[in-house]
Amino acid sequence: MMKTQDSKGPDSTPAATGRPGPTSSITRDPHLETTGLSVGYGEHLVINNIDLDIPVGTIGAIIGPNGCGKSTFLRALARLLKPVNGTVLLNGADIASMPTKRVATQVGLLPQSSIAPEGITVSDLVSRGRYPYHRFGSAWNAEDQTAVDHALRATGMEGFADRPVDELSGGQRQRAWIALTLAQQTGIVLLDEPTTFLDVSYQLEVLDLLSDLNATEGTTIVMVLHDVNLAARYADWMLALCDGHQEALGTPDEILTEELVHRVFGVEATIVDDPASGMPMMIADRRHSLRARRALHETTVGGNSGARTAPKTERDAHHEHK
Amino acid sequence: MRRKTLVCSILVALAAVLLYTDITFGTVIYSFNDLLRVVSGEQIPGISFALGELRIPRSLTALACGAAFGIAGSCFQHLLRNPLASPDIIGITSGANAAAVFGIVVLGASGLELSAISVAGGLLTTAVIAAFTWKRGLSLGRLILVGIAFGAMLDAASSWILVHADQWDIQSASRWLTGSLADTQWSDVLLSGIALSIGCIAIAPLSKRLDMLRLGDEIAASLGVRVGASQIAIICVSVTMLSIATSAVGPIAFVSFLSGPIARRISGYGSSALAESTLVGACLVLGSDIIAQHLLTEQMPVGVVTSVIGGPVLMLLMYISTRKGHLE
Repeated sequence: MMKTQDSKGPDSTPAATGRPGPTSSITRDPHLETTGLSVGYGEHLVINNIDLDIPVGTIGAIIGPNGCGKSTFLRALARLLKPVNGTVLLNGADIASMPTKRVATQVGLLPQSSIAPEGITVSDLVSRGRYPYHRFGSAWNAEDQTAVDHALRATGMEGFADRPVDELSGGQRQRAWIALTLAQQTGIVLLDEPTTFLDVSYQLEVLDLLSDLNATEGTTIVMVLHDVNLAARYADWMLALCDGHQEALGTPDEILTEELVHRVFGVEATIVDDPASGMPMMIADRRHSLRARRALHETTVGGNSGARTAPKTERDAHHEHK
Repeated sequence: MRRKTLVCSILVALAAVLLYTDITFGTVIYSFNDLLRVVSGEQIPGISFALGELRIPRSLTALACGAAFGIAGSCFQHLLRNPLASPDIIGITSGANAAAVFGIVVLGASGLELSAISVAGGLLTTAVIAAFTWKRGLSLGRLILVGIAFGAMLDAASSWILVHADQWDIQSASRWLTGSLADTQWSDVLLSGIALSIGCIAIAPLSKRLDMLRLGDEIAASLGVRVGASQIAIICVSVTMLSIATSAVGPIAFVSFLSGPIARRISGYGSSALAESTLVGACLVLGSDIIAQHLLTEQMPVGVVTSVIGGPVLMLLMYISTRKGHLE
């Protein structure tokens, strides 16, 4: 039932999940892959020998415990960190040898910590996403305006264009940042925990937005998510990291097992079918530790609490079905 | 965009009015006609010397140095994302000043040589403060504390050198303690003018990157900014301008610190308002000079006036930052 270390896993996902492929509106479809990627600070390797071929036009989620190297991996994908070993390839070329601005027109990264300068308006913030298309002295053009308008519309922020970012709610603020990344018009969008610090309604709002973006524009999305169940619900493929190593790679129903959860998070859990999506869902066992209790809290907040009592047979049926 | 043009036009007009007032106003008030005749090169007994050799160089130096202080301060505040991180608070101006004092008193330097020593002092101080602050990334709180400590030590060093240089009277020494425009020469105008021009030319292409860096280093990098190189370039240009200005007029207190926040307040937030900060810096020094020379019972060094304005603002900002938890 496990498909660990199977780098071909994600390739089959678009067909397997029945998601629409890239639509005609996308003109370039950059392809990102890593070969034997190791990243570290000094002697310490944070990411150890990861091969990942990100299928074009899919949504991927990177999961793992705190400090497992998820964010580091994402940063390396966006060329923010230099690999110690291995390479990140963008359309077959080593990303490290490409000009920064060219990478920025193909791969966008929304980091966890961004700072909206005091008083900046939403439209001003979003327009910064056009930076990679400009040289010194080049004027703002119609194409830039179209991209910004489109990004504002896609994120539902057009009504807030002239509002200062610091006056917005958490969800709106996050949508403004996502709009910036959209205005960048990259075929690949990487997001580091886009739902952190958001209420459940905003979490779903942000993930639905990304899902729509993927469906309508064929944008390849890779995000670090700490909520395993949300990851399983939205992602075509998942990469589980533990201590910088790849623990599992595949579709959520291939890899999300009790054994994996135990191995990666050190938590005893039961996997059931999420009645809302049909995807596997993790329910951490409450008895063992404070940590397990916290994980349980996450599942009940992030998912459907009704599924908590799902009988074991249902899960067995799910696995037999596979 | 329209607001930016409007704000800049008003500031340019204000700077022009202040410049004119600073030149013509005094114990003897000169007419516009006198000024025109002197500028056009006519020799008028008495007036030519007072305007051409005393007042015009003094006011032009005030304009250029104020602008240089303003732009450098604003760059640092943006780069470090905190108004407290201006070079006059975090000790860099003190470093440039200590080097200038050392250059004049010990080495007997002047002119271009003196500027070079001051620039070297400013850059060295920046590097040392950065080295002491750097510990797996830059912590703003640590930077400000280390900077203030270094600033105090460097100011002490300046004072020590001045005390031991017996040929220096208190009047001249005040320039290196608080900043003063007294006895400004045409050579100062030339140097600070060059510093300002170089700075503006070099900063213009960097200002867009500065705008991006304000969003955070990571997102700037992912948008195609070469973060490290841009930061170093902006710091080097800022410190060079600041140091040349300091070598001409001393560390005029709080101008770097005040210009950026004032400029952002009047030009609307969001933009980095570098042009506005430059103009505000110039207006601040010119305005303070008018106050220092004519509106008080006795003449004061210009730095005393800027200190009186800047001190309370610094305390207010410190208070707000501490309450918001920005200074961890």
